[in-house]
Amino acid sequence: MDLLEYQGKQFFAGFGIPVSPGEAVTTVDDAVAAAERIGYPVVIKAQVHVGGRGKAGGVKLAANADEVREHAGNILGLDIKGHVVKTIWVEFASDIAEEYYASFTLDRAAKKHLGMLSAQGGVEIEAVAETDPDAIAKIWIDPVDGLSEEACRAWVSAAKLNPDATEGAVDILLKLYRAYVDGDADLCEINPLILKPTGEVHALDAKVTLDGNAEFRHEGWDVYDATQVRDEREQAAHDKGLQYVGLDGSVGVIANGAGLAMSTVDIVNQVGGSPANFLDIGGGANAEVMAGALEVINNDPNVKSIFINIFGGITKGDEVANGIVTALGRVQIDAPIVIRIDGTNAAEGRAILADHESEKLQSKPTMIEAAKTAVELAK
Amino acid sequence: MAIFVDENTKVLYQGLTGSQGRFYGLRNRDYGTQVVAGVNPKKAGTDVDGIPVYATVAEAKEATGATVSCVFIPAPGVKAAVLEAAEAGMELVVVITEGVPAQDEAYFFNKVKRDYPNTRILGPNCPGIISPGKANIGITAGEIAKAGGPVGIVSRSGTLTYQALYELKLQDIGVTTCVGIGGDPVPGTSFIDCLEAFEADPETKAVMLIGEIGGSAEEEAAEFIKNKMTKPVSAYIAGVTAPPGKKMGHAGAIVSGGKGTAAAKMEALEAAGVKVGQNPTEAGELMVEIVRSLGL
Repeated sequence: MDLLEYQGKQFFAGFGIPVSPGEAVTTVDDAVAAAERIGYPVVIKAQVHVGGRGKAGGVKLAANADEVREHAGNILGLDIKGHVVKTIWVEFASDIAEEYYASFTLDRAAKKHLGMLSAQGGVEIEAVAETDPDAIAKIWIDPVDGLSEEACRAWVSAAKLNPDATEGAVDILLKLYRAYVDGDADLCEINPLILKPTGEVHALDAKVTLDGNAEFRHEGWDVYDATQVRDEREQAAHDKGLQYVGLDGSVGVIANGAGLAMSTVDIVNQVGGSPANFLDIGGGANAEVMAGALEVINNDPNVKSIFINIFGGITKGDEVANGIVTALGRVQIDAPIVIRIDGTNAAEGRAILADHESEKLQSKPTMIEAAKTAVELAK
Repeated sequence: MAIFVDENTKVLYQGLTGSQGRFYGLRNRDYGTQVVAGVNPKKAGTDVDGIPVYATVAEAKEATGATVSCVFIPAPGVKAAVLEAAEAGMELVVVITEGVPAQDEAYFFNKVKRDYPNTRILGPNCPGIISPGKANIGITAGEIAKAGGPVGIVSRSGTLTYQALYELKLQDIGVTTCVGIGGDPVPGTSFIDCLEAFEADPETKAVMLIGEIGGSAEEEAAEFIKNKMTKPVSAYIAGVTAPPGKKMGHAGAIVSGGKGTAAAKMEALEAAGVKVGQNPTEAGELMVEIVRSLGL
């Protein structure tokens, strides 16, 4: 779950990390009122879940109310890579002496936490990694030990920040590690982490991805869930508790299991089609779940055919077939459906479907045949 | 022979008294697995269809001689459950539960590795492990697998594993052990752990590997296969056409920053001499060819 910048800053502030005073607003008038409270100069920043805001005109400096009015008016409603700006963050503009980069994430290969710190901040860290990998100081942290002040100090020293920044950086990084671990984040990134001319160190940006699996132990994460950007299809699937990813094609895909769903998307592509989505209905595949999945797919105007790909394991093929038939009785489906059932009791399942076969409902014995038929029907 | 579990393995279930634990625990027993105990501090002294329930893993082990635990505890309790099992000296802890926070996984993986080096974790978010005809621990449908070898299977995906077992069965090819390592960011057992065990197992003559996008586990496996394995391997990687930045169902299945693509994984595996199929069926057919060419 990705946080917007202002949410990330509020998250950081909760762990004592210094951020600029600011307010999130959704109208020009509120932006002006916020700026008046904060004091000039202010920065007006578009709150969207994509990078490259500055280049797109989504970050502007304002020295007075008129400038706030002008910039806020331009930024609200701005389309940044398909994300329309609905919220802007107005914060006090900081003087910057130097810009650094800091982050914590999980290194899956090492199975340890990885901290990265660089004196070259304010730019894409991937670019730094490519052109000057030695400019990034890395520290691998055993989750059992955590990050000690001593290790943190050595790490900051290795990053060769301005010596004036040492104390402030150590303090922020220790807090950032706590935010990352105790806050159940997958990623906590500050870019840029700034040194002010007055010597303080400060988080000027915040990029935070929270681990949705940890929601049960955090109050108030539903606020973040509400600002996630999902297209209509994704929102409908999310509301039904389905694992859904929207794609651009015309073949609706339903499968049981994440791996099989991914594989189904691949096969549709391989036989020359283009999938409309990834949808994993999980292991159960009863009539209710199937009906919900079909509804989500059916509401996608791009869908011209539907490919249901089920492997019966614990869930028997005949149970799945009965679920599909029941679901079809409950949901009016416009696009033709191709079903492949394999695995336990597949023959019984196919026999059940055979009784309901029509131009709108066909059963094929293999994944590839079913994919080809579905792709043909989508043309 | 099988790897990790066989007909002599005694298994206890943490969460046997819950609906999932009971359903699969009893199914596993019906398959022939030695399901010897359940653990639930609130229901100690009772039983589940004749299987005794103990208050702690240590007590269950003491009373029954169990060496493997299968965890069906809801996600919030998994960290404590795994640490309890490791402390009690379980050799293998199979964590079926999905939705475990990544911070918990990272913690208990490193804690167990350091303090209880004789304990292996499998999962979380995995279908479990089956040595067909001997033991089935987890949620795999035992009837889709043919016993006896010569193929070993290791997989990050549940349903694709079942698909592989089933396709081999249709070709009358048996499996020594099939290990589902799970789709989470910090799997307790890696591809390499399984490849190493299969390489050492005399009854396993060839290995099928099923991977997916995200992380670098398949690339590491390719490196191991190239340098350490003598047995032939076939593979399939799901998610060839997955868009970057979108999690495809599994917490670990995401292409980010240009890393973890299926293309890179397939290339690495092919360079290591692995026969890579474009879809699960093709990977199964490649395995059939391998087995036939070995004269088995």
